[in-house]
Amino acid sequence: MRHRLLPSLLSFAAAVAVTLLTVAPASAQAQNVAAKPAAAATNSGSKTWTAPKTPDGVPDLQGVWTNQTSVPLERPPALGAKEFYTPDELAKKEEQDNAAAARRAEAGESGVHYDVAQFGLDRSHSKTGVTERTSIIVGPDGKVPPLLPAAQQRQAARQAANRGHQWDGPENRALGERCILWPNEGPPMLPEGYNSNMQIVQGPGYVAIEQEMIHDTRVIPTDGRAHVAKNVRLYLGDSVGHWEGNTLVVDTTNFTDRTAFRGSSENLHVIERFTRTADDTILYQFTIDDPTTWDKPWSGELPITKINSQIYEYACQEGNYGMRNILSGARATEKAEAAKQ
Amino acid sequence: MRFRLSKLIVSGAASLALAAIPAAAQRAGGNAQQTTYRAPRTADGKADLNGIWQAMNTANWDIRPHAAAQGPDLMLGAQFSVAPGIGVIEGDGEIPYLPAAAAKQKENYANRMKLDPEVKCYLPGVPRATYMPYPFQIVQSQKYIMLVYEYAGGVRTIYMDSNSKPPADSWMGWSNGHWEGDTLVVDVTGLNDQTWFDRAGNFHSDALHVVERYTPRSPDTLMYEATIEDPKTFSRPWKISMPLYRHVEKNAQLLEYKCPEFAEEVLYGSLRKKPLTK
Repeated sequence: MRHRLLPSLLSFAAAVAVTLLTVAPASAQAQNVAAKPAAAATNSGSKTWTAPKTPDGVPDLQGVWTNQTSVPLERPPALGAKEFYTPDELAKKEEQDNAAAARRAEAGESGVHYDVAQFGLDRSHSKTGVTERTSIIVGPDGKVPPLLPAAQQRQAARQAANRGHQWDGPENRALGERCILWPNEGPPMLPEGYNSNMQIVQGPGYVAIEQEMIHDTRVIPTDGRAHVAKNVRLYLGDSVGHWEGNTLVVDTTNFTDRTAFRGSSENLHVIERFTRTADDTILYQFTIDDPTTWDKPWSGELPITKINSQIYEYACQEGNYGMRNILSGARATEKAEAAKQ
Repeated sequence: MRFRLSKLIVSGAASLALAAIPAAAQRAGGNAQQTTYRAPRTADGKADLNGIWQAMNTANWDIRPHAAAQGPDLMLGAQFSVAPGIGVIEGDGEIPYLPAAAAKQKENYANRMKLDPEVKCYLPGVPRATYMPYPFQIVQSQKYIMLVYEYAGGVRTIYMDSNSKPPADSWMGWSNGHWEGDTLVVDVTGLNDQTWFDRAGNFHSDALHVVERYTPRSPDTLMYEATIEDPKTFSRPWKISMPLYRHVEKNAQLLEYKCPEFAEEVLYGSLRKKPLTK
């Protein structure tokens, strides 16, 4: 079975992921395809390349891909309203990112020598879609809009309820530690810290997208049918697709209130667009709206890059020693503290 | 005269031969049905297996023939009792366990609430995933066929016309497929030893090798056969078979069946700060 990082190291991984999202890989595996700005997105740009079709005559998005990308979700504040790097700036950034990654791989995080490569956290294990954008979120703001007051209260209440109880039982732990849902599965599907891979297989009338973490497969009908009944709430929502020219448009609703994507509620509504722009690239665009959380929709885009690999089985539930260790560790700590008194 | 006698002999032989054909067909019948059904084609000319399918039997309780019986939790009464089944094993319905393995199966059965991986929401493996009482979807393209199981988000990729080897053991195994006429033949290796065949403790080792056959038998049914081979557990290969039925309701779809949270009390209840109050 593939190595599975213990969930007790997830917080470490999350910290690394935040840093990794700003860095290109240490090895020279960076994909040198700049994702075109949204306005020109439907234009393949190349005169000699034609978007392939499946035998059924619809655009072919099939293959094994990664959505690991060279920019974070939100724009670094120092860049202000700057949405794109110039080619010179991009080249310099890649050089700096590579150097930083190499330093980190040597020194380890937090002063502790940790072989990040051993657990596949090192970016040399993964291809990265390089984009000339400065952040995944598009537009002059480049960040998630502020939460509406009701949403802030909702988030505060949730945090308050768990304060002092975060080790009580499995329900107090994050969905990822419980092997229910991995943090960035979405939709929208955003880069994970590691193994940020997916496989797309198309059959007549369906596009199936298997995300490696946690082997969840979205089987999206492309006939634009109605969503399931309102009382059926799903962690990944209910997705329905249709084709617009060369673009797969996917509409997702029926989320639970437990995913809380950037503070969202069960009213989260996600629209994704998948457009193959090169043999090894899909342009992935998404728009988020939730009128009970934000006063306006917000959008992002990133390149999805082909990898020469297969999806591995991530048997999370089956190997979840972390939950057992977290809870029994908390009980042991409580017992020790009680004994002191 | 001689000519007429030989004619008689020839016509007699012919009618004997004709009479023998139905009998031969009956002997060769059983579960590997001869069928003249030809499935519609996909755009690339293969039998079209796309769709949402489900087995309709009680093999997940026990793949052997079995009468109705009390379920493992008495307080769930009749709701969780064992439904009867005529069995899905070809031949006399017995699993050819080696002596030590036969003893282990009895032990498994006696401790099935503790040991059955299904209780813990573990992936069901192959072939159990096929006959769990929930739908699965076949998404068929040229190089890959994806089998997406509703239960526990199980999924398998079948690599078509590939001799690739499993990179490591896994719960759902490594599947290489090819076509024999209209039959999809899937060779499954790289299965770990953690899954069971059913809730009755029928099990295998990590030497398990499964060869599946999916054959269209009518517009809305497939015939599923699986040959089980595991020299560490069984004295010879054996075979199960069953029809798979298409979900024909309008807008049929798989829904999420994420069961990890339903197994949390079983797995971690004793580690809670305070026990759950009923």
